[in-house]
Amino acid sequence: MEKNISFKLKVWRQAGPKEKGQFVTYDVNDIPTDTSFLEMLDIVNEQLIEKGEEPIVFDHDCREGICGMCSLYVNGHPHGPATGATTCQLYMRRFHDGETITVEPWRSAAFPVIKDLMVNRNAFDQIQQAGGYVSFNTGGAQDANAIPISKVAADEAMDSASCIGCGACVAACKNGSAMLFVSAKVSQFALLPQGRAEAKKRVKAMLSKMDELGFGNCTNTGACAAECPKNIKLSNISRLNREFVCAKCSD
Amino acid sequence: MWLTNSSVGRKVVMSVTGLFLILFLTFHALMNAVALISLDAYEAVCEFLGANWYALLGTAVLAGGFVIHIIYALWLTLQNRKARGDDRYEVSARPKTVEWASQNMLVLGLIVLCFLFLHLYHFWAKMQLPEILGDFPMSGKNALATTFGQWWILPIYLIGFLAIWFHITHGFWSAFQSLGAANEKWIERFKCIGWWWATIVMGLFAIEACYFTWFFAL
Amino acid sequence: MEETIIKTAQPVIDSKIPEGPIAEKWTNYKAHQKLVNPANKRRLDIIVVGTGLAGASAAATLGEMGFNVLNFCIQDSPRRAHSIAAQGGINAAKNYQNDGDSVYRLFYDTVKGGDYRAREANVYRLAEVSNNIIDQCVAQGVPFAREYGGLLANRSFGGAQVSRTFYAKGQTGQQLLLGAYSSLNRQIHAGKVKSYNRYEMHDVVIVDGRARGIIAKNLVTGKLERFAAHAVVIATGGYGNTYFLSTNAMGCNCSAAMACYRKGAMFANPAYVQIHPTCIPVHGDKQSKLTLMSESLRNDGRIWVPKDIEDAKRLQAGEIKGSDIPEEKRDYYLERRYPAFGNLVPRDVASRAAKERCDKGFGVNNTGLAVFLDFSEAINRLGIDVIRQRYGNLFDMYEEITDVNPGELANEINGEKYYNPMMIFPAIHYTMGGIWVDYELQTSVKGLFAIGECNFSDHGANRLGASALMQGLADGYFVLPYTIQNYLSDQITVPHFSTDLPEFDEAEKRVQANLDNLMSIGGKRSVDSIHKELGHIMWEYVGMGRTKEGLETALAKLKELRHEFETNLFIPGTQEGMNVELDKAFRLRDFITMGELIAHDALNRNESCGGHFREEYQTEEGEAKRDDDNYFYVACWKYNGDDETAPTLIKEPLHYEAIKVQTRNYKN
Repeated sequence: MEKNISFKLKVWRQAGPKEKGQFVTYDVNDIPTDTSFLEMLDIVNEQLIEKGEEPIVFDHDCREGICGMCSLYVNGHPHGPATGATTCQLYMRRFHDGETITVEPWRSAAFPVIKDLMVNRNAFDQIQQAGGYVSFNTGGAQDANAIPISKVAADEAMDSASCIGCGACVAACKNGSAMLFVSAKVSQFALLPQGRAEAKKRVKAMLSKMDELGFGNCTNTGACAAECPKNIKLSNISRLNREFVCAKCSD
Repeated sequence: MWLTNSSVGRKVVMSVTGLFLILFLTFHALMNAVALISLDAYEAVCEFLGANWYALLGTAVLAGGFVIHIIYALWLTLQNRKARGDDRYEVSARPKTVEWASQNMLVLGLIVLCFLFLHLYHFWAKMQLPEILGDFPMSGKNALATTFGQWWILPIYLIGFLAIWFHITHGFWSAFQSLGAANEKWIERFKCIGWWWATIVMGLFAIEACYFTWFFAL
Repeated sequence: MEETIIKTAQPVIDSKIPEGPIAEKWTNYKAHQKLVNPANKRRLDIIVVGTGLAGASAAATLGEMGFNVLNFCIQDSPRRAHSIAAQGGINAAKNYQNDGDSVYRLFYDTVKGGDYRAREANVYRLAEVSNNIIDQCVAQGVPFAREYGGLLANRSFGGAQVSRTFYAKGQTGQQLLLGAYSSLNRQIHAGKVKSYNRYEMHDVVIVDGRARGIIAKNLVTGKLERFAAHAVVIATGGYGNTYFLSTNAMGCNCSAAMACYRKGAMFANPAYVQIHPTCIPVHGDKQSKLTLMSESLRNDGRIWVPKDIEDAKRLQAGEIKGSDIPEEKRDYYLERRYPAFGNLVPRDVASRAAKERCDKGFGVNNTGLAVFLDFSEAINRLGIDVIRQRYGNLFDMYEEITDVNPGELANEINGEKYYNPMMIFPAIHYTMGGIWVDYELQTSVKGLFAIGECNFSDHGANRLGASALMQGLADGYFVLPYTIQNYLSDQITVPHFSTDLPEFDEAEKRVQANLDNLMSIGGKRSVDSIHKELGHIMWEYVGMGRTKEGLETALAKLKELRHEFETNLFIPGTQEGMNVELDKAFRLRDFITMGELIAHDALNRNESCGGHFREEYQTEEGEAKRDDDNYFYVACWKYNGDDETAPTLIKEPLHYEAIKVQTRNYKN
């Protein structure tokens, strides 16, 4: 049954990209357990505004786990302790009365903090711009059923494509590596005939952009896949490696 | 050159050298096993792998493998620490599916490295090195006797073996993953093969070390 | 009042519908429109505001064609736009399933679904290009669901009798948006599109009667910046968040549309707001957002409330659970009222029917504002595995939010197995109304275009499921990139604009003054507290069931609320750097104006049609009663200089040639 809980909220506050940040602890009282984590933050923010203080800034938008905007590192886990869910899909019934909840931003050199818990994930866009597409112009497509694609490949491509670009993989990785993100996009296109034509060019371009932007190297710890809110699989990384090694060997 | 300037290339180098070292360890364990059966036969193997050109070449390649593996490991770790950013997490938790070894490969590697130096001092420095320098090498049997004649060497070796075991249980499947040889099914298979491989090889080493200690020290 | 307006309405609305039979209009248009040659496209700049399906696809396509595009979004990346949240699918008249579908039938269904209040020619064009969209998306690598034979799979969707909906798991909107985003990325990489993330448009700049640029706020630095172009395209979505609680994303707002409205672009049919029947019911006053459960659930789920009011009362008191009520005591009211369509009636019909039952006291949760969506019959027929395969992720999502698993066996009565039902209730979801556009998608301001949910044109008074994605992409990929050239063809001699023009100065000063004003109010209340109040007024008086008195009350209350906003708002922090509260306050001011606009339109429209239901105008059976003699028009509202003054109504009469206007019938 629903009940109310009280707890300490330890939040990273940072006024701007170049300012120094620190943790601030707030006492939060009587939160119904059917409140979502972000609604709880809304309540805390309302209280801060009432006191004339600036609210805690965090990224959020759709609040149904698909836009990839929310990005909180809660109690040592990106998107908090729930598996296969984003921060906005996290409900307070996961927490206990009296505990301390620590909320941090994604910490990665490639994702600088903008304010408080909000980070700049533009690096992900840049990787996609480097090659995450099929090069053809609007209107030039043939009939959608002209090329049959096996259901197995289509389903696997769909699984890879369900990445929401939130950056939890980078946040979870002790190396700050973006391999799971890059591999998901590379895999989606590698699995479909439409993407094969420029597969080699794509994997080289996206990977070199990823390296250039200062993401770390993958050491296959698997933390990315374990924390991914969309359950993107680790095998995508192997596929990315295979695509890359084959592309380089055929140069 | 993509093997140095791309992240996947660097991992490929780690994988190839790592697999090579696993292969070497396997042969090493098998050669040692000869001593379990007959010390004379073991002596013959040692003589065969003296300072001949092929043994020297083998040693050089092996040393190269080690050096590259270690240098790349340090290089990658430095890059990875930089990628993590200046602020560390206040709280971090390891997800259940993440192996402890996978997040501590550098520490394990450093333990293995220390063990390696000790081991080189015990054997290589007394056998192949003098021969290269034109001195008279110690026989394999004598080297075993001097080393394992002291009982306290055994626990040190066992700790080294354990570190290598942890290192390989992750390193084995990780190498295939980095080379792109894995998929959803084969990740699990490689993990399983890697676990058994590491257990059999390191188990064999452990049995050998125990046997030599029993034989020479007790 | 209407009579006088018809007589005195001076501006004759030219919707520029091409000549010829309906099936040839678009072909004729394209054959005779003016084009811009490739060398000249390089000289022309186009601003596209928004990166949802319409914005991203338009920006990408215009970039491919060779125009210089400036593309803006308020999120941290173009990929986050709320189109991403569409779950169900996208319609197209491919007839791959051989069930008798055709362009005409899709067109017909859309017009009928819209309760005969859409512009016929636009809808036909939409149905016509629907097939190209599927081809386009497959070529982009969108992983649509497929059959074992390797060909595309389809499913049927609310309000349609054919299987014409293409889907990618429950994430169709996401995959289509990522497809458009990938094309956009290609153009950004090629340098044809410049992308501005975390920028919010505050005003449109008009030079000599034409839209020539925008003033946008960099949300990170807090600074205002000016951007100039030969044409401005608005693709900023709908105004559902006027109701505070809706299925829209938290950032969705109508400020860009309101800026255009204040600069002279007419706003059409604001009263047509879609209320989606399958949302998770409101659970508390701290709730920030409503979660939609995909409409596809209605394919296998049956909607019911108890037959006996006593059972309903016990449910509301928490004494029994839904699974305790046996089959014979359940009222499957949609199947009862609409035997032909049953649980698959269009959204407006399903929503109203739920409200009707709850108003009569048959609601099934503690607030009395929920009905059951039950899978017991489907699970018993097909097995839990099949149902979980179809809806497993939705069941999990429902469980995470409510702590109840709908696939879980809950009870067995007389050998019949009963599973936990879901609870659902209607919620604001989509807005059919929007900026008025002509056939070319140009607003009543020259050079200002509106596409996607942001315009009004294709859905009439109610949108069918899986049609929003279709419209967004049709506008962005296949319509606007053509029609905008008809406007731009005589602009090729106009050089790139300077943002130093006095019009830019003036616009920026006004925007700055607005922000200064918001910061200086210095009252006590937070933005959200006033926004919640706005939501309550809107839902209570301008929601699912509207009356003349209620709407008049709403207008009075909104006036008070505006006063409260202007005198008692408090925004912490400064204008320097990021100030989330300031940005929210800027949007809220426009939501209040939007709320009034909706109420004015709803008050004017003395009939019930589609998403607009006036309780005075219903049949004896409680169905919507249209008044085609008096309201067969698009209501276009013109701004009158300030927010306080009521807008002026201008009518665009509707002409139907291809379709005979009938009463909607989902009964037989």
